Amino acid sequence: MNKKYSNEWAVEARGLVKVFGDNRAVDGVDLNVRAGSIYGVLGPNGAGKTTTIRMLATLLRADGGEARIFGHDVTKEAHVVRQLIGVTGQYASVDESLSATENLIIFSRLLGLGRAEAKRKAAELLEEFGLTEAAKRPLKHFSGGMRRRLDLAASLIAQPPLIFLDEPTTGLDPRTRSQMWDTIRRLVETGSTVLLTTQYLDEADQLADRIAVIDRGRVVAEGTVDELKASVGNSALHLRVQNVQDIANAREMVEQVLGVRSSITAEAGKITAPMASADQVTDLLIALRTRGIHLTEISVQKPTLDEVFLTITGHGASENAQQASEQPNRTEEATV
Amino acid sequence: MKSAALTQELDRSLKNRASFAQALRHSLTMAYRGLLKIRRTPEQLFDVTIQPILFTLMFTYIFGGAISGNVENYLPIIIPGILVQTVISTSIVTGVQLREDMDKGVFDRFKSLPIARIAPLAGALLADTIRYTIATVLTFAMGYIMGYQPEGGLGFVAIAGILVIACSWAVSWIFAFFGVIARTAASVQGISMLVLFPLTFLSNAFVPVETMPRWLQWFVQLNPISHLVSAVRELVNSGTIGTEFALSLASAAVIVAIFAPLTVRAYMRRT
Repeated sequence: MNKKYSNEWAVEARGLVKVFGDNRAVDGVDLNVRAGSIYGVLGPNGAGKTTTIRMLATLLRADGGEARIFGHDVTKEAHVVRQLIGVTGQYASVDESLSATENLIIFSRLLGLGRAEAKRKAAELLEEFGLTEAAKRPLKHFSGGMRRRLDLAASLIAQPPLIFLDEPTTGLDPRTRSQMWDTIRRLVETGSTVLLTTQYLDEADQLADRIAVIDRGRVVAEGTVDELKASVGNSALHLRVQNVQDIANAREMVEQVLGVRSSITAEAGKITAPMASADQVTDLLIALRTRGIHLTEISVQKPTLDEVFLTITGHGASENAQQASEQPNRTEEATV
Repeated sequence: MKSAALTQELDRSLKNRASFAQALRHSLTMAYRGLLKIRRTPEQLFDVTIQPILFTLMFTYIFGGAISGNVENYLPIIIPGILVQTVISTSIVTGVQLREDMDKGVFDRFKSLPIARIAPLAGALLADTIRYTIATVLTFAMGYIMGYQPEGGLGFVAIAGILVIACSWAVSWIFAFFGVIARTAASVQGISMLVLFPLTFLSNAFVPVETMPRWLQWFVQLNPISHLVSAVRELVNSGTIGTEFALSLASAAVIVAIFAPLTVRAYMRRT
C-alpha cells in the first residue's frame, strides 16, 4: 500500500474491455496519461468514452484488462483510487432535491471535513464558480450550465490530483462553454491532471495536450493535437482569381511556389491546393501580385470532424453521432 | 502553493479501507442528507401520518366487538398489534425511495467518493427511523384518545416504541435489498407487499392465536412479528422485559446480519 507513486503517469490502462450483452462497448482500450497534462478522449456517441471513464473511476468493473491511477490498481485498490480522483459525469451528479450549498456541504463532510470547514469550503467553491447568488435555491431552478459548474465544484472539494470530465460542455451554450474551458485550464495550472471526453474536435484542440480518438470501443489514433491533424491531412487553400483568363497562369504559380498539385474549377476561377505550410502562402501571394494576377477571395479550410473520422476509421462520424452536426462546422475561413 | 498541497496529498499514505469510525461518520452524514430531503419535501411523510390514524380507528372498531366483546377490552391487544403492523409496513417505503434515489446521478458521485460502501444505504435507512418514530407516536396517541391506558406506564411505552423502531430499521434492510436489486420502484412496492402482508396478518397482531387452525398456529408462533407483538404487549401492559423482548432483538440482529451485507454487495455490483 505504501508503494511509491509513479508520479509520471496519472493513468495507465492496458487492454480495458467491457461487454454489455453481446455489445463490446469497450474493446481493448490502452491509455497513458502523463501527470499534469490535459488528455482528451475524442469520439462519437456510443464509441465507449463514458464506459472507459467509468471503469477508470471505479464506477464500473472491467471485464478484461487492467488500469492504474498513479500506480494504484482500480479494482484491487479502489478505495485508494477514489481518494485520488474527482469525477464529473455527463449528467450532473448532484442532489436535485437539495440546494447548492447543502450539496457541497454534504460532499465535504463525506470527504472528512469538519462542520465549519465544510461550510467554508462550500462558500469558497460557490464563489469561485459564480454560484453564490443561487446558493440557497433548490437545484430544480438551475440552468444546465449552473448545474455543470456545481458538479465540477463538487469534484474539486478534496483537490484531487486527477479529474475525470465526461463531456464537460455537451449541451452548453457557446459562452458557458468557453467559461468551462477557462475553468479546466485553471485546474491544470494548479497541478491537477485532467482526462476529458468530448465529441468535438475543436474542444480537444483547445484544451488537450494529447488526444486519443476512440471508435467502436477501440483507440484508433493517439498523439498530440498536431500529430493527429497531420495524420488527417493538410488544410486546403482556396483561391479565386478576378480575371478568369489568368487562371492557367495562377495555377502554374501555385504549383510552382507550393510545390504541390492543384485542382481548378475554371468557370468559377477557383483553384484548390493542399497547404502544408502557411508560410509559403505569403510567397505565393507576393508572386501573384508581382505577376499582376488579382484575387477576389482566399480561404483556408481545416479538416472537419467528419474528415477526421473518415480518414482514421474509414466511416463518417455522423453515422453514429447525430449530435456532431449540432456542432458548428469547424471550418475556419479567412476571407480577404 | 496549491500544487505543493497536491504533492503532499500524493505523499500521504492512503488506506484501502474506510475504518469503522469513518463508516459511522459517513453514515451519519448520509442520514443528515436524508433529513434535509424530508425537510424539503415534507409531503413524503403523508403516509406515515395518515396510516396510523386510519388503521388504528378502522381495526379497533371493526374487530373490537367480535374479538374482545368491546372496544375497551380490545385496545391492549390491538394497539401493540397495529403499532407493529403499521411501523413495519412503513419500512417498505424505505426500499421504494432508495430505488428512486439510486436512479439519480448523485449516487454516481457517492460511488466515486472515498467513503464506506455501506454509508449511502445505512444513512438512508437511518434517516427513515424518523418516519417510524412519527408512526409510533401517532399510533400510541390514537390509542390514548380512544381510551387506552397502558398499565406499564409511560417509561415502558417509550421502551416499546424504541424496540419497534429498532426492529423496523432491521426489517427495512430486507426492503432495501429489494430496492437495490429491483428494476423499478413500483416492483419494489409489489414484491415487498407480497412478503409483508402474510407476515403481518399471519401473526398474533389482531386475533388470538388459539382461534386459528393448528397448522397455522405453528407458523404464527414461529413468525418473528408475533414475538415482537408479544414483546410490545408485555412492555406496555405489564411493564416486563422478558424472553419475547430478547427474541425480537435477536431476530432483528439476524435480519441485519444477513441482509446488510447482501444489500451492500448487490449495491456494489449494480451500476
